[in-house]
Amino acid sequence: MSYVAQTPEQIRGLIAKAKRRDVLFVALGVIALGIGFATFLALFLDMLLDGWGRLRPEFFTQFPSRRAAQAGILSAWVGTFLVMIVTAAVAVPLGVSAGIYLEEYAPKNWVTDVIEINITNLAGVPSIVYGLLALGLFVYAFGLGQSVQTAGLTLALLILPVVIVATREAIRAIPAMIREGAYAVGATRWQTVKDHIIPYSMPGILTGVIIGMSRAIGETAPIITIGALTFIAFLPPAPVGAEFPFLSFEWLKAPFTVMPIQMFNWTSRPDPAFHANAAAAGTILVFMTLAMNGLAIWLRYRLRKNIKW
Amino acid sequence: MESASALDAPVGATVPTVVSERLARKFSRNLKERAIEALLFLAAFVSVFTTAGIVYILVKESLVFFSHVPLWQFLTDTQWTPLFADAHYGISVLLSGTITSSAVALLVAIPLGTTIAIYLSEFASPRAREIAKPVLELLSGVPTIVYGYFALLFVTPLLQKLIPSLPGFNLLSAGIVMGIMIVPYVASISEDAMRAVPMALREGSFAMGATRLQTALKVVVPAAVSGIAAAYILGVSRAVGETMILAVAAGMQPNLTFNPLEPAATITAYIVQVALGDLPHGSVGYQTIFAAGLALLLLTLFFNLVGFWMRRRYREAY
Repeated sequence: MSYVAQTPEQIRGLIAKAKRRDVLFVALGVIALGIGFATFLALFLDMLLDGWGRLRPEFFTQFPSRRAAQAGILSAWVGTFLVMIVTAAVAVPLGVSAGIYLEEYAPKNWVTDVIEINITNLAGVPSIVYGLLALGLFVYAFGLGQSVQTAGLTLALLILPVVIVATREAIRAIPAMIREGAYAVGATRWQTVKDHIIPYSMPGILTGVIIGMSRAIGETAPIITIGALTFIAFLPPAPVGAEFPFLSFEWLKAPFTVMPIQMFNWTSRPDPAFHANAAAAGTILVFMTLAMNGLAIWLRYRLRKNIKW
Repeated sequence: MESASALDAPVGATVPTVVSERLARKFSRNLKERAIEALLFLAAFVSVFTTAGIVYILVKESLVFFSHVPLWQFLTDTQWTPLFADAHYGISVLLSGTITSSAVALLVAIPLGTTIAIYLSEFASPRAREIAKPVLELLSGVPTIVYGYFALLFVTPLLQKLIPSLPGFNLLSAGIVMGIMIVPYVASISEDAMRAVPMALREGSFAMGATRLQTALKVVVPAAVSGIAAAYILGVSRAVGETMILAVAAGMQPNLTFNPLEPAATITAYIVQVALGDLPHGSVGYQTIFAAGLALLLLTLFFNLVGFWMRRRYREAY
């Protein structure tokens, strides 16, 4: 660009040119955003159209089958549900505790630094590596088998950084005067945390948990790596029985499949009839993750508006 | 509440029983506090155990592999046929698939992501930003297996209309879709970096008569360059570790190629392939996935460290 314009006309020309570039770039930005949104729309509509014929009530109540038209996702969604229970049961207490420790208790020393560096690093480790960890540790070293509990634990480790980071951010937003007020009336650290910090940071923690769970629902690679079966035509044993002791935890040790694995299995078959099944399963999967993410975004938005300390 | 005298009284000194009772209660209260703190510390320490576990498992299992296959062969062999009778273990074959697909993904993600970031940070109204960012976040929340389906059954047929010779499995469509998947990631980190540039720099530029675009490209982007570079590098790390899109759409055939029009297995796709098969645990073929995983971990660790280092640099600048 040359700025040696002599006459006012030349200067006006330069300004007009620069302003045109501004407009052009705005158009470019809108187009770039449009490409992103259009891709998403194409993805969703393509799957919805391909899978529409299969999205019938029977699809949810039938087991996978060799015949595409009779195959359903019963074992897949039950498996996903059970794995998510284990994941939440492990990741939420661990993640929230870790977040509380790092924000409220941790002294400034090298141990804390090591923990923080580890959490940042773990957030960047590819999910399939967690699968290898689970395969070596949970499946072979601990003998937990290729089961619901192994999958749940693996995904819990995977989303732990998400829960920890969300917890820390929520706690950090609580002003110091809340803590000072609690200490001033003689509360101990834990009493302050239990009665003030945790309740006030709950919505923020919840947002993080939902985002973490939506990530866990869609994860395929680590679960394939631990050796989940792709064809399961039975359900894990029911958690509630008619006989004493009424509660059974056998389902934890049961082989299983989950929604994304079922979808992967159908997608990788050459027969197009199965692709329709994959599309239907994918539609449900996208719908679930969208709903969870949407809920989290809405929660965060409401939070930002309603907080008045 | 302890009175001042109770707080000052040394333990074991002759004090009224009320006070010593309170002191006793204080001891048990302290004990409970300590126990809770220890529990919370253990929860936080799980992350350290996880890292240690990952390193331990990958190194231990890889050592078994490397006792059969020399490291030299692993790094220099140009064939990857661990499941054949004439087994070759050249990681470069899988690496070529990973590099090619990641390169395609970056060619998509960097221009799109950077443009979006500059637009959102320097041009868009706060309202437009409030809407666009969550929608972008949704885009990155879509399960990768769904992107894989999309790449195989939507993008590949579309590309085949443009390039009739394109095989059903190819690195190009997987790479493009992977690029779209990374866009929100690159855009959001770059935008953060640009928004961290102080307003005074922009105002100075505007005062000199620069337009928005001139300010964006000549003042804001250079000031945020290390953050933007970090976004790219973290994007690379994402692409390298991505599994399902490639396993579904790029094929699982090891192929030493840098041509995105060909099918090729990546490191991640290979691990999926072996995990789906029925190789017995302990066989050399099976151990290969841990060696491949170790290579993958080192690769992403390198990118992550560089990325975090660069992000920290721009944070310290202002």
